[in-house]
Amino acid sequence: MTSSNLNRSNSGSFDAIVIGGGHNGLTAATLLAQNGRKVVVLEAADSVGGATRGYDIHPGYRSAGLAHIVNRLDPDVAKLLTLDVQTSPGALLPTVALSPDGKHAVLRGAYGETIDGINPDEAKAFAAMRKKLMFQAGILKRFLKRRPPEIGKIRLNDLGAFAGAGLSLITKGREEGRDFLRMLLMNVADVADEYLNDDRLKGLVAFDATLGIHLGPRSPTSLLGLYYRLTGEANDKPATQYVPQGGMGALAPAFEKAATAAGVTIRTGMSVARIIADRGTATGVILASGEQVTALIIVSAIHPQATFLKLCDSGELDTGFVRAVSNIRSKGNVAKLDLALDRPPTFTGVSPADHRGRLVIARSIAHVENAFNPAKYGEFSPDPVMEITLPSLAEPALAPFGGATLSALVEFAPYDLKSGWESGKPAFEKIIIDTLERYAPGLSSSIVASNLLTPLDMETQYNLPGGHWHHGELQADQLLVNRPVNASAGYTTPLAGLYLASAGSHPGGGISGLPGLLAARHILSGGRA
Amino acid sequence: MMLEMNTRRALQSHIASQRFETPFHPRIAALSETNDWYTWAGYKAPHSVFDEELEYFAIRSTAALFDISPMVKYRIAGPDAERYLNRLTVRNVAKLGTGRVHYTAWCDDHGHVLDDGTLFRLSADTFRLCCQERHLPWLLDSAIGFDVEIEEETMQIAGLALQGPTSFAVLSKAGFDGIERLKPFQLAEFAHQSGTVTISRTGFTGDLGYELFVPADQALSLWDRLWSAGQLHGIRAIGYAALNRARIEAGFIVANADFMTAETALRADRTRMPDEIGLDWLVDAEKPNFNGRKAILEARRNQTLKHVLVGLEIEGNIPADGAIVYHRKKREAGLVSAAIWSPLAKRNIAIASLTRPYGTRLTEDLWVEIYALRELQYQKMMKRARIVPRPFIKLDRRAATPPGLF
Amino acid sequence: MKKYDVVMIGGGHNGLVAACYLQRAGLDVLVLEKNDWVGGAATSRELTPGFLYSNCSYVCSLFRPEIMRDLELPKHGLQVIAYEGGAVFTRDGDYIASYRDHDSHRREFARYSKRDAEAYDRYARDVTRQCRFIQPLLMRTAPDPFSFKPRDISELLYLGKKFDEFSAHDMAQTLRFWTMSISDFLDEYFETDVIKAYLALSGIIGTALGPMSPGTAYVLLHHYMGEVDGSVGAWGYARGGMGAVTQALASSFKASGGTIRTRADVARVMTRGGRATGVILADGEEVRGNLVVSNADVKRTFLKLVEEDALPEAFLHRVKHFKMRGSSGKLNIALDSLPEFPALPKNSSCIRGDLHFTDSMERMERAYDDWKVGRYSADPFVDMVIPTTLDPTMAPPGKHFMSCFVQYCPPQIEGRDWTDADRDAFADTVVSQIADYSPGFRDRILHMEVRTPREIEAEVGLTEGNIFQGELTFDQLLFNRPVPGYAQYRTPVPGFYLCGSSTHPGGGVMGAPGRNAAAEILRDMKMKPAEMSPAHDVI
Repeated sequence: MTSSNLNRSNSGSFDAIVIGGGHNGLTAATLLAQNGRKVVVLEAADSVGGATRGYDIHPGYRSAGLAHIVNRLDPDVAKLLTLDVQTSPGALLPTVALSPDGKHAVLRGAYGETIDGINPDEAKAFAAMRKKLMFQAGILKRFLKRRPPEIGKIRLNDLGAFAGAGLSLITKGREEGRDFLRMLLMNVADVADEYLNDDRLKGLVAFDATLGIHLGPRSPTSLLGLYYRLTGEANDKPATQYVPQGGMGALAPAFEKAATAAGVTIRTGMSVARIIADRGTATGVILASGEQVTALIIVSAIHPQATFLKLCDSGELDTGFVRAVSNIRSKGNVAKLDLALDRPPTFTGVSPADHRGRLVIARSIAHVENAFNPAKYGEFSPDPVMEITLPSLAEPALAPFGGATLSALVEFAPYDLKSGWESGKPAFEKIIIDTLERYAPGLSSSIVASNLLTPLDMETQYNLPGGHWHHGELQADQLLVNRPVNASAGYTTPLAGLYLASAGSHPGGGISGLPGLLAARHILSGGRA
Repeated sequence: MMLEMNTRRALQSHIASQRFETPFHPRIAALSETNDWYTWAGYKAPHSVFDEELEYFAIRSTAALFDISPMVKYRIAGPDAERYLNRLTVRNVAKLGTGRVHYTAWCDDHGHVLDDGTLFRLSADTFRLCCQERHLPWLLDSAIGFDVEIEEETMQIAGLALQGPTSFAVLSKAGFDGIERLKPFQLAEFAHQSGTVTISRTGFTGDLGYELFVPADQALSLWDRLWSAGQLHGIRAIGYAALNRARIEAGFIVANADFMTAETALRADRTRMPDEIGLDWLVDAEKPNFNGRKAILEARRNQTLKHVLVGLEIEGNIPADGAIVYHRKKREAGLVSAAIWSPLAKRNIAIASLTRPYGTRLTEDLWVEIYALRELQYQKMMKRARIVPRPFIKLDRRAATPPGLF
Repeated sequence: MKKYDVVMIGGGHNGLVAACYLQRAGLDVLVLEKNDWVGGAATSRELTPGFLYSNCSYVCSLFRPEIMRDLELPKHGLQVIAYEGGAVFTRDGDYIASYRDHDSHRREFARYSKRDAEAYDRYARDVTRQCRFIQPLLMRTAPDPFSFKPRDISELLYLGKKFDEFSAHDMAQTLRFWTMSISDFLDEYFETDVIKAYLALSGIIGTALGPMSPGTAYVLLHHYMGEVDGSVGAWGYARGGMGAVTQALASSFKASGGTIRTRADVARVMTRGGRATGVILADGEEVRGNLVVSNADVKRTFLKLVEEDALPEAFLHRVKHFKMRGSSGKLNIALDSLPEFPALPKNSSCIRGDLHFTDSMERMERAYDDWKVGRYSADPFVDMVIPTTLDPTMAPPGKHFMSCFVQYCPPQIEGRDWTDADRDAFADTVVSQIADYSPGFRDRILHMEVRTPREIEAEVGLTEGNIFQGELTFDQLLFNRPVPGYAQYRTPVPGFYLCGSSTHPGGGVMGAPGRNAAAEILRDMKMKPAEMSPAHDVI
């Protein structure tokens, strides 16, 4: 079916249009369709999946998309969608905190339930910190799985959430409650310094707290990033991570399958050019082809800035709102390097099985902090920190027989590189590869091809303004009632009929499906949930 | 965008005087007998020139020249200018023809009034917005998504108000041919020196009157041209005190005097929607979306408007400036923001903000408490107040076209 | 041996404020001060003949007028003079000034950007709105959300009601404001780097954070919530230097019958049966008191003056991890003549205000990057004032006292102690920066006192030289300051209290911690304060 007959063939009879076929868009579409709505998903690219969409690195070599692991796929989303994403039994991935001397610390289970390669005192200290943070993350989690409360009109069920949070604090004792309010907006470095001695572990938590966020570990509020990671769960176990059977590439088809099964019409290669609105009500969209599609419900599952600043006529929005949307901080800091290798790499000191895990280069808090500094001034890190996976180990189809792929998420690589990415890219790529070579000697000589995606590339390739995978900084001032902006915090927008459902909305990014789920629930409840 | 070093350097001298002089200042200073100045938006402006009471009568009997150069002026031009202004302001700009002026207001997203002012349509895609407060960031942010240029031109453009029954005669005499055809709220360009002067039939007095805008370097020659033409028509230079009396009689409101603008108010409950300051008639709910539309219509629908601005006629002759308005002499109902004894209406008039339902459902039994300072003793009195329509005066000569040659 | 009702450890401004209130309420109060003079970080010292140095704090705004009035400080000689704006010099030879006159201020900004000039009003309005939000909190004890005591609950309800006056939109803005960096906050209003750098400085002064660190927007507020005679956000000089504040307090204290002992260095707090009973001085003398109050910071108090085993382990742990990393240094300079700044127009009023050289956010943040790795800033941020341009009492006619507050300056140099050579090199970064803008500056210097955190700690006793007695980050504000559960001036030791800036609402020469502490002490003693004016409603 071509775009020109999309509307006609359905007699313009869609109840809902979902803009963007990323996992949140597909989640929202599926839920709406399961509840009897006739839904069409309009995806600009040739396939759905959004940021989980893969791309070719080199003939025979493929990357599975931007994400490395699944660590926060919401169980309700998985259940509602009966997602066909499975992990092999017991295949929770370890995290290897790489050390230059080859003596690594390996975190196993749910964020280091057990850790190899550290002394018993440190293990005890880490366990104490982990326990504290897991408890606090558990409180925050209550607020992630529901629509942010509206200031001024706190509803009964909001009160329930507050009361629930309060209660769990009280039952733990006053001290835990006080500690929670004390720590909530702290920086991760001070917390790590208080508990830990081992630089590998400190570097790891500093890295995990700041990955994808424009903060250094010493920046106040940077602990939120770590909380956010710990609120995730996989296979009903909090703070775990895995790669699904068949690799990350299996995700998009699973979401697509669920949507199709629910009766969602998916149209790829259909770029929305405009959202039609008049005097406060959105009534449809105009495609790049010029064709109009109308519906009472329009769900935008793309970046809020793309939604409002590109698709909406600013005249249909108020100035203060446009101003607030323009002020959303959304400049990505993470680059992704994909390597096509003629043989699987060997990281010194890492066991063969652990090569399937998440390998992190962050030697210390200072390493992460120093890597962050240049990003403030539009420069990339001369000594970057990174997370490495070997995707072809989980999904052999990504590389030819005998070959392998390596993917690294590298910080910090500012969207606005002062000197421009054209000259910056080769220089930064060389730094990354040299770094990798130090941990996996011989790796450079096995490179068949490489592909470095800067935030600028992500912006163009994935329609992500600023190349920010959270669709807006995940920082305290852009959370809850202020995500993406206060006037559009609960999935509704100033335009009646237009809803938001991307990572730019509460609770934020990562493959959780929650923004999509919560947006759809809100729509289905008629504004009551 | 940061200005260049040399431009910045040249502007360093601004600090030589805290209060700027307007382009007309030399003439007004020469005429000033009272030497009575105040600061208007950073400019030295006359509070009175020779006698504030007599200046008022110049407005109502002959012709008064009032310097409006300190008014903040923005030039808005470009293919999207009309569409831009239609989204910015509450009134329908599509209905404002080229060569016309209208009074309008603009709001923030919450429907709270940012300011009121006059919008001049100089050509199909060129406008001038005149107002009290400064709004450049708001105007620029409003331009996101529009093909429009916004230029702040307060310094570059000098403005004069020529108001009063003989103002037409003065302009005629000064040789502005065709001025007789100018209807209220119409504007036209006239030749002056090597350039032009824009004259609109507008004003802040409720009387026959005009406003003239010229590039600052033409200001003095324009003044001289009017001054010599006006000699036989009783032209006088006036200050703000006299103008303020006339504007109260005309029922006009002043931003941050009769209502707090949304960007000035510190307290959330001090901001006002158009309907709360008597500007509901400006709001065009049928035109395309504009800033504050949703909030204003919601407030109307949900009846959450909290205030109302009314004209009051108060018994006696003591101006009730700043007085508290009471219902049944005991419940506080609002505040008088401007009041005078009107020489023209021979009534004691006031503009007041009342808290609904006072002024809407409850309109009877209103009182104002006046403290009159009489030889170092307050005389406290409760005076009956009646809500009356604004303007308090209506002059046929204001609208007659061609105007009379009084 | 005489037993006092209250023994106060330390004669800083908060100690004196608390002592005054307690003495006036009818208690017999003794203030013990280790130095030869009282004043703590609010002193005027004649370190070279004829010149008075405000050698720590140097400007005055935050000191609460309610306290000045209650304690009759004007009668005891306190006079605060508002000063006249200031300027940042730019590297291209220009400057941007701030003027008290609203329109001059706008025109000055308009030299750089018309948009920014007009944006300033909205910015100032928004900051003032946030000040209104925080003001009710200053002169009250922070309620403990987890005590569930009736008083804490009613305080929380009172504040909740106060905040009810704010619109939902304002509340959401406030949530943002409290967690934003000053850099991000300013980006929402301004486009010109130098304007942002100028306005950002209030977000970093005294903190161990850079302008790009979240939470610095709040720090800005901390510097804006003061006033000079009702002019909110204005700053001034105490006539006679900052010592005038504490001299007036000391005089008021003595006039109401209080006793001050200088050169009385407290070595230990005595306890009996877990209760504070007095102190032991360095020379072994015991001074007994029914109550003991410490004006010293929380670390010095509990890690040096109190026996560890008198304290709960968890409390001690929190105290040890209380953050009070020093981040600033100070140069106090006696000048032979008024320095010239050729960039400024002749007779510019700016020289009577605060002057700065950091003209970009990047320079300011980079100065902080140096501190993070334990170095003083190679290109430091300097807040320079010459109080003698308005105050004739601090230097001989024609001569001047200049105060340079410098950031960033770490408590240790890359993990080792400061040496005198380090200190001199640090001073030179500042002097050479000034000399770049003021030819012949070095030749005008008659005498200079250089203070790194080392000197500040040694003289004033502020741990790590932190001028706020503890960083102003969220985990150390309100009910978290200094330790959650102990944020109401009481300590785990019965009869022992804290009243310094380590407690709510924090540092700056404000006096509020001292007053609030006195109120709590009197509450515990079931006494009414003699006079304690309700907090002024200024804005």
